Amino acid sequence: MNLIRELWQSLVEALVGLGAIVRFLLRVIAQSPRALLRLDLIAQQIYNSGALSLVIIMLSGLFVGMVLGLQGFQLLQRFGSEEALGTAATIGLVKELGPVVTALLFAGRAGTALASELGLMRATDQLSAMEMMAVDPIRRVVVPRFLGGVIAMPLLAAIFSVIGIYGAQLVGVQLMGVDSGSFWSQMRASVGLSDINEGIVKSCIFGVACSLIAVYEGYYATPTAEGVGRATTRTVVTSAVVVLFLDYLITAAFL
Amino acid sequence: MRKSHTLNLGTGTFVLLGFAALFFLTTQTTSRGISFASPPHYDLTAKFDNIGDLKVGAPVSMSGVEMGRVTKIDFDSKEYKAVVTMRLDARYDKIPTDSDAAIYTQGLLGGKFIGLTAGGAETYLKGGDQIDFTQSAFVLENLIGQVLANFTKSTAPSDSGKTDAPPAAEAKPSEKTK
Repeated sequence: MNLIRELWQSLVEALVGLGAIVRFLLRVIAQSPRALLRLDLIAQQIYNSGALSLVIIMLSGLFVGMVLGLQGFQLLQRFGSEEALGTAATIGLVKELGPVVTALLFAGRAGTALASELGLMRATDQLSAMEMMAVDPIRRVVVPRFLGGVIAMPLLAAIFSVIGIYGAQLVGVQLMGVDSGSFWSQMRASVGLSDINEGIVKSCIFGVACSLIAVYEGYYATPTAEGVGRATTRTVVTSAVVVLFLDYLITAAFL
Repeated sequence: MRKSHTLNLGTGTFVLLGFAALFFLTTQTTSRGISFASPPHYDLTAKFDNIGDLKVGAPVSMSGVEMGRVTKIDFDSKEYKAVVTMRLDARYDKIPTDSDAAIYTQGLLGGKFIGLTAGGAETYLKGGDQIDFTQSAFVLENLIGQVLANFTKSTAPSDSGKTDAPPAAEAKPSEKTK
């Protein structure tokens, strides 16, 4: 009986959390047009969550692509069709690995930074101070961070995919001896614009999800040192689960 | 001032890289590619009964050396044949006029490509010429169909006759007719 009550309790809590985050999203969207007038703030946040994530994204992309080249080569060699490596690597990267791995890295690198920054602002009463000065903290602090993340994420995913394709090319063509011409021509013949579109749509949606979770957790963090730490952890955990769940939904919708 | 300079530089570099990557993905990895340089080349055509799944962009090679690519695939509605236009590098301009073109498969399940075999003529193919001797793509279904037909022909009598000698005798003529 106790167990059922606890389950019911946690279900209600989950629903309350979902409702709160959706209402927060609506508030952020409502403030977005006016925040767009301060483009310098958004540019600053694109720098923080995009340009500063560049190194980790490029390195990860290179290694993911190289592993894909190696594994893909080993697998395709069994069927005697190593030439399809370019197609396999590109489709894998553009449609799945690019958006998903970038989103996970983005949550770890930029999402945690956003959440802890906002959480610390909450803990040191900076957000309340802004409210006292009649500055809406959502418009001044939250929306630029949210929009910066939303803009940065698709660009990061595209960079990840391109570096990954070159990583696969490096291993497949340079090390394993797949013909360079077949690698690129088969890729061009079988990768369509719809595959690229799917990747772009995915990365945009993941960008909204990751940025929203990060600013939400940070904005409503318990104003203590422990609360900020917990908000950062929850950002990564929730983002990872939500990204993988959304990934399944979007893939199913595109098929 | 100094800080805002590095900030602008970083943001600018990042956004530029991002859009360059998007541009690369949409133009270089798909068939909508824009090729920037076009070296000297000439076009040849060939008519095939069946091109299988030959695609635009497939390589054209002779003795295993890539000489060009397929640029266009059309259908000739008078002869009911596929007309394949291929663009060959101008370096390879010594292809005899009686050469033949065949469609082969890369690997077991790989894509199709056109293999040229040199003829013995003294005159060479020029831009716009047609290769007259062609060999269609190898279509797996047709081959399986033939094998199945032969198989049923040779096994059918053994079911009714219940002896081992007649099927062997039956099988031989069918091999000869091939």
